[in-house]
Amino acid sequence: MAEAGSEGPLDADDEIDSLDAAGSDDSLDAWSIRSIVGTMLPILIALSMLEMGSGYILEELQQTYLGNPTLLVLVPVMIGMGGNLGAILSSRLSTRLHLGLLEFDPRDEVLWTNVTAILGLAATVFSVLGVAAWLVGRIIAQPMALVDLLVISIVSGMLLAVIAILLSLVATYISYTRGLDPDDTTIPVVTNLCDILGVIVLSGVALVVLN
Amino acid sequence: MEARQSAWRIYRESLPILVVSLAGGIFAGSVLGSEGMTSGFERFPGMLLLLPAFLATRGNVYGALGARISSGLHQGMIDPEFSRDRRLVNAIAASYINGISVSVFIAVLSWGILQVLGRESARLVELVSIMLLSGVLTSTTLIFGMLTLVFASYEYGLDPDNLIGPIVTTLGDFFGVFFLFIALTVAGVIF
Repeated sequence: MAEAGSEGPLDADDEIDSLDAAGSDDSLDAWSIRSIVGTMLPILIALSMLEMGSGYILEELQQTYLGNPTLLVLVPVMIGMGGNLGAILSSRLSTRLHLGLLEFDPRDEVLWTNVTAILGLAATVFSVLGVAAWLVGRIIAQPMALVDLLVISIVSGMLLAVIAILLSLVATYISYTRGLDPDDTTIPVVTNLCDILGVIVLSGVALVVLN
Repeated sequence: MEARQSAWRIYRESLPILVVSLAGGIFAGSVLGSEGMTSGFERFPGMLLLLPAFLATRGNVYGALGARISSGLHQGMIDPEFSRDRRLVNAIAASYINGISVSVFIAVLSWGILQVLGRESARLVELVSIMLLSGVLTSTTLIFGMLTLVFASYEYGLDPDNLIGPIVTTLGDFFGVFFLFIALTVAGVIF
């Protein structure tokens, strides 16, 4: 399937591609269509299959979501924000690791400073989200109770933030012990896992609150 | 005391970009929760199943393109302008192929999953058409929109590494869901 998709529109560029391959310039080769698609497409396909996990939850709870369209307002933010928070923490951790300053010690004060800042950011963002979703809901859809929305947004948001923090710490620690550069590994791992977990956490919390 | 101050500093420095991302997400969510969209979701079962994968594609495909372009600019391998430069043409073509193949793939995958589970599903041609149309529109807008913004800010002396993430997220939130809405509406008229 993916193969067929990548062959079709490419005839004109295949020439360029083979020119690249024939050339002795390595850097140009890294910019060939075949090399970019060949590297990325398998990863993208694997990630899409993982994402189907959260899609399945949405589909399974179709009645809940389509019955309360205001909940759908939360979905894109839940998908993105865990990854954003994790990315901030991961890049801070890997910078400290590169500087030789990071200790994986529960008594490390700077570690707790970072975690506190992330939790503060999450609390702010998800409180604003709850209120904003309520306002939007009043305009475009049937209104939901403000309290319900705030509880759903803040509880699932904070849970997601905790998950993002743990994932960042674990991913950085594993990269460190395996000798990988955390700059290359942590952000993709953390953002994609948080993408998927965002919808799952949101759906779980929404079900509990609404029932 | 010092720990509290540095936590506050991280908070202050990170909040603006998160607020931009939040605004984009709320806009996307408003389109998703709108009546046209929810009736489209009801009309074409399977759309909710592929939604998270569709939303995630934006960052994965166009974020990767942005990172490549910004490395290319830093290394002096490409110029900050649209030209028939081979590297630039290749990178754009590859992003098109990736973005559109993945869109079609997730349509087929959703349809397949629903068939296997024996659930109600829109016809394969319906899901593929919706994803193909929104994939083509999103790819074109994101690729050229992002490159225009990155090139322009590079000319002003800004570091593209710091801009790619926010630009991709914001454009993706704005146009990804908007074009999904258009594709659903068009499909509703045709099928």
